[in-house]
Order: sequence, then C-alpha cells, then structure tokens
Amino acid sequence: MQDAGYPEHAATQLKSQANWIRLSAMTMTNHAQLGHTGGDLSSADILATLYMGGILRVDPQQPRWPERDRFILSKGHCSGSFYSALSLRGFFPAKQLRTFMDPLSMLNGHPDRNKLPGVEANTGPLGHGLPIGVGAALGARMRREAWRVFVLTGDGELQEGSNWEAAMTAQHYGLENLVVIVDRNRIQQGDFTETTLRMEPLAERWRAFGFAVVEADGHDCAVLHERLSRIPFEKGKPSCLIANTVKGKGVPFAENQPAWHHGVPTKEHLAAAASELGVEVEW
Amino acid sequence: MEAVAKTTEEMRLHDCRDAYAEALEAIAERDTRVCVVINDSLSSAKLKNFKAKFPERFVNVGIAEQNMVGVGAGLANAGMVPYLCGAACFLTARAMEQVKVDLAYSRSNVRICAMSPGMAYGQLGPTHHSIEDVAWTRILPNMGVIVPADAVETRAAMLYSLEHDGPLFLRIARMPLPDVHEREYEFRFGKADVLRWGFDVTLMANGVMVSRAMDAARMLESAGVDARVVNMSTVKPLDREAVLDAARSTGGIVTAEEGLAAGGLGGAVAEVLAEEHPAPMRIVGVRDAFAPTGSAEFLLEYFGLTPGGIRDAAFAVLEKRR
Repeated sequence: MQDAGYPEHAATQLKSQANWIRLSAMTMTNHAQLGHTGGDLSSADILATLYMGGILRVDPQQPRWPERDRFILSKGHCSGSFYSALSLRGFFPAKQLRTFMDPLSMLNGHPDRNKLPGVEANTGPLGHGLPIGVGAALGARMRREAWRVFVLTGDGELQEGSNWEAAMTAQHYGLENLVVIVDRNRIQQGDFTETTLRMEPLAERWRAFGFAVVEADGHDCAVLHERLSRIPFEKGKPSCLIANTVKGKGVPFAENQPAWHHGVPTKEHLAAAASELGVEVEW
Repeated sequence: MEAVAKTTEEMRLHDCRDAYAEALEAIAERDTRVCVVINDSLSSAKLKNFKAKFPERFVNVGIAEQNMVGVGAGLANAGMVPYLCGAACFLTARAMEQVKVDLAYSRSNVRICAMSPGMAYGQLGPTHHSIEDVAWTRILPNMGVIVPADAVETRAAMLYSLEHDGPLFLRIARMPLPDVHEREYEFRFGKADVLRWGFDVTLMANGVMVSRAMDAARMLESAGVDARVVNMSTVKPLDREAVLDAARSTGGIVTAEEGLAAGGLGGAVAEVLAEEHPAPMRIVGVRDAFAPTGSAEFLLEYFGLTPGGIRDAAFAVLEKRR
C-alpha cells in the first residue's frame, strides 16, 4: 500500500521477517510438540512491525532501560512468535529458540520476565496484560516520561472481564500513551469467537469504553506501520488498533482452522510451510 | 473475660489504620516512587490526607480488584512502588489469580495493604470477613506476609516495606488495639519478636491476637505457668529457628491468629514442627466455619479467640506433654 507512505522495500522486508517469525514459531512448536500455531501465525506481522519496523523504542543491549516502550503480550500463549520476534530484534541469540520448553529453558511455554530479556510481564492466563499496561502507562505519567505502552491481546481473550475494568481506567485517566492491539483472528481455542460468545460490534465496544479505534488489515505491514506511527489516534484518549487477521495466516493448511489453535506441525508441515513462506529457519 | 491487671497505658487503644496512613505519607514524602491504588476505598483505607498531599501519585480504579492488582504490577514495571489499599476480603479472593501471577510469580515490587482483615467487619458477615487471606498469600512463592500486632508495629512494618524487594502482603487491623511494643520498636522482617521469655510453653500469635496472648500469659503466670510470648508478625518467610527454639526449650506451642485455623500461622508452624521437631501444639483460630452474625468483638469471643481460649489451649498442650 504505497499510499500508507511506508517504503515498499521496507514493507517487503517486514513481510519477510514476519514469515521468518512464522516458520521459527512453527519449528519451535514442532520441537516442543506443544505450542499455539494458529495465534503465532496471526500475530506475526504485528510483532514484526512493532519490533523490526522501529515502532517500539527498545534497546536490546539495555533491556531494562527505564524509558523504553513497554510491549506486553497479553495473549501469552503466542510465545513462539513473540520469542522469535525478540530474538530477531537482538534480545538473545536465535540459537536459544532451540530450547523452547526444554527443561530449565529460559523459554517457558508462557513468557517469564524474570527469565528472558525483553519480556515485560508474566502472562498466560488471559485478561492480565491490559491491567498491567494501564498501570505502566499511569506510571509513565507519574514519572513524567514519554514512553508508551503497547498491549497485544487476543480477541477471544476479551471475554475476560478484567480487560473492561482496565479499559474503564484507561478512559478515566485519558491514557494517550496506551495502545491496545487486538489480534482479531476470529477463532478461540474451541471454536470461532462469534459462535462461542459474540464479540461484535467489537470496534463499537472499544469506542464506548472511551478508546480511539482504528481498524486495519493485520497482515499488511505497511498499513500497520502507518497506523502505529501515529499514536495516539486521538489526543487525550487511549488507542485501540483492531488488527483483522487470519488465524494460521501464511500456511494454507492451518488458515482459519480452529483445530490449529494449538495444532503441532510435523516435519512435513514445516517443509510445506517453508516453501509457502519463502524463508529458511537456520537456527 | 477474667480480669487482668493492666496499667492505663496498656489499656489505651490505638487505630492501626492511622499508623499505616501516617507511615504511608511519610514514605511518600521521602520517596517519589511511592504511589497508591485504591478501589473506591478512600475512607475505609484512610487515604484522604494522602490524596490531598500527593494527588498525582494516587489512582482510584473504582470497584475493580482484578484490574487494581494488575495496575499495581504495571506501576511497579514503570519503576514506581505501589501500595494497593483496600478491604482484605476483596483484594485477595477477588483478585487471587492476579496476586499469584502478576505479583508473586512476577516478583513485582507491589505492596498490598489489606484493610480490615479477619472478622473486623463483624455483622457484615462472611462475605466481608477475610479469614482465609493469610493461608492464601503465605503459600505463594516470593510473597512476604506481615500481620502487625499493634499500631507501633504497623507503622514500623510500613516504613520497612519501602526497602523490601518483591511483593508484600500487609494486614492492617481495623479493631483498635493496645500497644504491645514501645515506640522505639524496630521491625525486623522474617524475625520472630519475643515479647516475653518463658520456658513452660510458648504462645505464638500475630495481629489482634498478640495482646490477647500477653493477657493469656499473665493468666498462666497466676496459675504457675511460665509462658513465652512470641509475636510472629512475619508469617512468610517464617522464622523457623524461633519455632524450633520454642519447641525445644518450652516443649509445646500454642498459635493464635484471627483467621482460619487451617493454613495460616498455625499451619506454617505445624509444618516446621512436623518435619523438624514434633511437639505438642494447639492452633487457636476459626475451625472450618464461616462466622455467624455478630460484632467483631462478639465473634472473637464466639470462636474462643480470647485470652481464656489461648490459656486453655496452653493447658491442653501442657497436658499432652505429661
């Protein structure tokens, strides 16, 4: 999308990095024989844009730099794509990814901030990331610091009421340094979200809770980059980006299949995915 | 209740909530990282002064405890030292997963000031009582648990809390209590505080039960029993050495707490004794029950959380040793 103003070659590179994140996550899941392939694949472009597109002001050399932007993966089960993105950004060597879920590995099934540099919050149970993000955004304000907080949630995750408690706080305090990104892949563990418990009208719900809402194709890195480069979407309001995604994106056999929520790819799947995605995972 | 000779000063009652609020203002004055999160609990948490003095470091998240605890973890991530101040019953039970994951597992530098714990809310009933909180919090790895005995210790523990590394759970009593400590008392985290030396039996208590244990010791003295009284204000980490020393040198232990007899201080002490030095023991607490209707004072009497109840438990321990 040239009109988004993001150079085409840069967007192409982000796409390729997102595809590396995809294949890396699938390889990790194959290694551990556990993981969440569907959500790893739907969130890959968002993570690539945040970490590799220069949206997040972080420094892998100083992971606890006080004025860094905070990224909180509220959908902590998508650790495969998250760890791959952190590694790609330089927080730790890619060869660590080989230890995913191994005994005593830093790469727990769900992220642990005390084990792995770049992780801000211990997530896994759903509905925890946004309250923590709201607290961090309030903290930045108290400290009169300019950093921002990005929280990536699932869509089914928004069935947890704690998200809406946090949303009310974000609205009340006008946290314009807070961005919620919803990975709107429309599938949760057991079924499609709209069959399980209707989420729509999701954008209207966020608006009603006081957020400035923008929707985007969650697989178009140029569009994502353009949207995330103009935070806050509206002065004085917290921002919500609904990223419309496809669960299992990029690998046709997994796309839009609830069974691939935590499907484990075989070696044959990995070979097919590598050829589909046009990348190699060398770690 | 039987009469116990006391001085006027011993009988004077103090509100631990005033001590906590003053200490909180003092540390906020000293350290700009100190901030407060409440859940609509402005008056019950006695924070009107704090809000007036430090409005920019004061957050009210409304009636939303899960969010409140997560917000605390986020503030800590931002480099602040947040104090979450609200009724103990809601802050623990309602937000237990956040307490476990966002605070304990994450090792967040967050302090929970659990207001009006135990059966302080009396007639409001078991929904508002918090007799489970110590059991729930003390089993969490990384979580420190402090149950101060009086206003002096409440203040001292609050002053200590600023330098503590990791999450802390502090119980702030609502019931006015007599001071068992001198004003100069220095709180030592994780250390038993021996209020009275004795060698026949040990009374180990915390919170509102400490002054009652002192009264029980006076009763026992008049019956010829030389009781040790230990204020075990830190439940986690428990001072195992003090427990073992009490078991070795006095032969038996009575614990007393304003909470369930299962899982709290009594449970913690029993775990140490069972593994290291089995000795006769009685646990004075609420035995597997939700309270009937009644004032806080009535309920303490009803469940035997009294000097007489502690004394009788001490006699039972002495009986077992024979």
